[in-house]
Amino acid sequence: MIQADLNIIMPEIILSLFAIGALLGAVYTSKDKMGPMLVWATAGVFLALALWIGVNGQGTNPAFGGMFVDDAFSRFAKVAILLSSAAVLVMSQEYMQRKGLLRFEYPVLVALSVVGMMVMVSAGDLMTLYMGLELQSLALYVVASLRRDSARSTEAGLKYFVLGALSSGLLLYGASLTYGFAGTTLFSGIIQTATEGHTSIGLLFGLVFIIAGLAFKVSAVPFHMWTPDVYEGSPTPVTAFFATAPKIAAMALFARVLHDAFGSAVSDWSQIIALLSVVSMFLGAFAAIGQTNIKRLMAFSSIAHMGYALMGLAAGTVLGVQAMLVYMAIYVTMNIGTFAFILSMQKDGQAVTDIGSLNQYAKREPGKALAMLILLFSMAGVPPMVGFFGKFYVLRAAYDAGLAWLAIAGVIASVIGAYYYLRIVFYMYFGEVPDETLDKSHSPVLWGFLMASAAIMVLGLVNLFGIEGAAAAAAATLVN
Amino acid sequence: METLILFAPLVGALIGGFGWRLTGERAAMWITTGLLFVACAFSWIVFLTHDGVTEKIQLLRWIESGSLSTDWAIRMDRLTAIMLIVITTVSALVHLYSFGYMADDPQWKEGESYKPRFFAYLSFFTFAMLMLVTSDNLVQMFFGWEGVGVASYLLIGFYYRKPTANAAAIKAFVVNRVGDFGFALGIFGLYYLTDSVKFDDIFAAAPALAETTVHFLWADWNAANLIAVLLFIGAMGKSAQLFLHTWLPDAMEGPTPVSALIHAATMVTAGVFLVCRMSPLMEYAPEATAFITILGATTAFVAATIGLVQNDIKRVIAYSTMSQLGYMFVAAGVGAYSVAMFHLFTHAFFKAMLFLGAGSVIHAMHHEQDMRNYGGLRKKIPYTFAAMLIGTLAITGVGIPLTGWIGFAGFASKDAVIESAFAADPMGYAFWMLVIAALFTSFYSWRLMFLTFFGKPRGDKHTHEHAHESPMVMLVPLGVLAVGSIFAGAIWYSSFFGKTNEIASFFGVPYAEASEHGEAKDDHGEAKDDHAAPKDDKKKKTSYAFTGKPGEGAIYTGKDNHVIHDAHYVPTWVKLSPFIAMVIGFLMAMCFYIWDPKMPKRTMEHNRPLYNFLLNKWYFDELYDAIFVKPASMIGRFFWKRGDGDVIDGTLNGVAMGIVPFFTRLAGRAQSGYIFTYAFAMVIGILVLVTWMTFSGGAQ
Repeated sequence: MIQADLNIIMPEIILSLFAIGALLGAVYTSKDKMGPMLVWATAGVFLALALWIGVNGQGTNPAFGGMFVDDAFSRFAKVAILLSSAAVLVMSQEYMQRKGLLRFEYPVLVALSVVGMMVMVSAGDLMTLYMGLELQSLALYVVASLRRDSARSTEAGLKYFVLGALSSGLLLYGASLTYGFAGTTLFSGIIQTATEGHTSIGLLFGLVFIIAGLAFKVSAVPFHMWTPDVYEGSPTPVTAFFATAPKIAAMALFARVLHDAFGSAVSDWSQIIALLSVVSMFLGAFAAIGQTNIKRLMAFSSIAHMGYALMGLAAGTVLGVQAMLVYMAIYVTMNIGTFAFILSMQKDGQAVTDIGSLNQYAKREPGKALAMLILLFSMAGVPPMVGFFGKFYVLRAAYDAGLAWLAIAGVIASVIGAYYYLRIVFYMYFGEVPDETLDKSHSPVLWGFLMASAAIMVLGLVNLFGIEGAAAAAAATLVN
Repeated sequence: METLILFAPLVGALIGGFGWRLTGERAAMWITTGLLFVACAFSWIVFLTHDGVTEKIQLLRWIESGSLSTDWAIRMDRLTAIMLIVITTVSALVHLYSFGYMADDPQWKEGESYKPRFFAYLSFFTFAMLMLVTSDNLVQMFFGWEGVGVASYLLIGFYYRKPTANAAAIKAFVVNRVGDFGFALGIFGLYYLTDSVKFDDIFAAAPALAETTVHFLWADWNAANLIAVLLFIGAMGKSAQLFLHTWLPDAMEGPTPVSALIHAATMVTAGVFLVCRMSPLMEYAPEATAFITILGATTAFVAATIGLVQNDIKRVIAYSTMSQLGYMFVAAGVGAYSVAMFHLFTHAFFKAMLFLGAGSVIHAMHHEQDMRNYGGLRKKIPYTFAAMLIGTLAITGVGIPLTGWIGFAGFASKDAVIESAFAADPMGYAFWMLVIAALFTSFYSWRLMFLTFFGKPRGDKHTHEHAHESPMVMLVPLGVLAVGSIFAGAIWYSSFFGKTNEIASFFGVPYAEASEHGEAKDDHGEAKDDHAAPKDDKKKKTSYAFTGKPGEGAIYTGKDNHVIHDAHYVPTWVKLSPFIAMVIGFLMAMCFYIWDPKMPKRTMEHNRPLYNFLLNKWYFDELYDAIFVKPASMIGRFFWKRGDGDVIDGTLNGVAMGIVPFFTRLAGRAQSGYIFTYAFAMVIGILVLVTWMTFSGGAQ
């Protein structure tokens, strides 16, 4: 019995052992000199695990009495988490080294947080949920303040930690309420007590608090306030990491809790999610307009994007979950490309984050400007870029679920949001002559990620690289 | 060969329009012109060898959608053959003529290229027009119909630096839209009723349509009549019939070769062609054809009266065109389709020549168009004078009376129209209108001649001194058209307006011997028989009648339609009447402009209101301006300024520049950077969610 359970969580065990081994190995040998090697090794392990999970995984396998579930849905999320983390690690290596930030703890912490995420998306019990969530968060708090000598970075880490603690408190309170009214922490047990229309108010309060805790993790309004500050203060590669893997994990966890534990009370939580979705979309769009720092801008952009992903969840249908998964996959791909570009923005060795520095960028580097243009169009949801199809999916899911008002609000928000994406394009192509110009970047890695991401945004319109099928299968296992 | 005729102009247009930078200006012009001469040569071969049997050549399958099936095909019959030679001949000559006329246009600055564009437009027009006349279904025809509309728009507005030219182009386009709306409704209606847009199917269904009733615009209508009227509304727009005619005089803003090609010989006759093409339908729509007759006759009369007092040489000819189109519609309306085509055919020659001659005069006079500034040009430009004289003799219908065919082209065809009108309705409205119009035609045509070529030079002395004969490239087309203007009527008289069997075999229509009606007619028509059809053997008593089903042959004449036959047996005075009208008109013109040059002024002062009424074209433009244009532009301005400007732009601007920045500032202010603010926001958030859940959740 225990052997079978261990087999099911083998990827997580391997990754944990790898992290511990790397930590010990580095401490007792060459310490920070091991950094670059560890980054590549960690990325390699991520890739290998992603392959293993993606190719080998089959069926629905509960472990530890249902506390941990390995199913198509968790595998989809895990593959996405592992791949995006690997990509971000590879991208960050050069930047971190240049800034002297490439301590050996960095890849180890990332690996541990990835373990946390993998546990999160496989959670079948409120305990597992909390364990994964905290493991992930603790690692991230530290990574955010990786630049110890920078006030902003430490401030970001501290803010994230304090607010994270608050959100964990909310989540735990919700979990205890749920346990109190359901008498169990197992999702499969909760779902039986929470029947449609007859859910006790205590259980619903528990749900609301859990939602609040999770909303903090996906930075949905009004639990989003930490996002811009943390994005801005953290070293850019860390920001890139924040914007990708944890978002998938939190969103997947969101879907799992809502459907596995409260799947029989869809109409109760659907309106809450819809509310979060609509305010996130609008605040993301409005607030991003005022930003001149591209990292802060990306923070609000991710808030808005989470609003769209939540729209898929709000639908409460198979199509909705599928749309959410597709949207997240596209979102992560776009963000990797965009952050590859942001990482390459520098002047005399110093990172530049002011969007004013992009004036007339197209004259100097037409290729990269074009790639960025594609990515920005895709993020704004301009057809025929892939980003449009992501939006189209969630809008359709919302509409089919009878949430036409939400879909309309989404369209309006995307029109407003298009402004700040297009403003960057405007700067790059038609801007005034800038006072200072960015250095030419010669990093083939960053260039490669940028171009690949942009190419995917264009070529993906053929069949979205078959991701629809995988997402549909994943969604089908989750929603009954 | 037909395919070649059709696509040679298109190739020319493409080369002239897009390839002239590669070939050079001169070469592009020669290529377009050369291709048209090729098309013209083939057209004549096709026309002369055509045996009257309808052929269909499928080029490609165009639209297949549900039960709608449209081919891209050529329907080759006599109607098409006639139109082919008319179009390609006039077009080829106009291309050639344009070499001279467009050589140094003062509208363009030194070094600006405009000639290849002009030639490309001309060739494109020719292609579209050929498309129209060769189509075997209404959709393809509509394509050509709109194609010539576009070409006409482009060419009227060719002098795009002149505001008047642009306005005229827009006017032509918009007025034609009104007609096209009717045409399109007609096509829709036919598709709705017969489930096909192919001529063959429609013609076959025509007898059934006559017995069908459709509900349209809150009333029940006879299907055949309704469709015929709708199609005729399209024809009215294109052929500048009364009420939709206002664009044609303004279209004279285009270069003169354009006026000759499009607004005299070809495009404007498309409406007549349409009615003749739809003859199987028209024969079953008696009310509609009556309407066509009355409107055609009225147009002929109204246009002629306006032509009497115009001073612009091109406008006089433009009104004359409108008037002659009225004649054609009368012929078509009374059921004499071959006569309508006859007049269309001869009119193309002499009207194109009059326009090209006028162009030659304008060219000689340095783009002066006001006839009051001409005079005495006879000796300065003798060839042009000769050409214009032939054209005038042709349009006024000079010939030997009672022979029927010995005379200039217009004599044979116009008299045929008038006799047909009388045969259909003795002493009727149409007949009298046409005779009076013939008188006016003669008057204004000779007035044009006298004012231009006779008398003393008026206007700018300098211009008169420098008046010069046009170059050879302009005179050759005039010469060719002069031949046509003289002989076209006499040569093809019997084919278009001869004995029934001659017409029938020319148009490929089945015919049979001796209907009783024909015999009965012979009794009282015997005396005049020889006058009407000179070649007719007196002894040959057999007469023929059209037979066959609708759609057999190029035109269809119903069983009870004996107009053409009867037209040969009208009283002698009727046959003489157009000739007498012509002579009176000529004498009046002589009187007014040669013998007593003071007389026009005197007459004008005595009849001031009438004069103004005519000079202002019956106030049609002013009327339309008040009824349609002003209210439309008021509504348009309201929606533009208030609707679009204030409401839509205002809302968007307000949102984009007021509301959005407001929220942006608000969001920025909320992002204070203090942890307690953030925590507070979270607490507020959870409060809102819990409250929401309490009031609306499943807890109730």
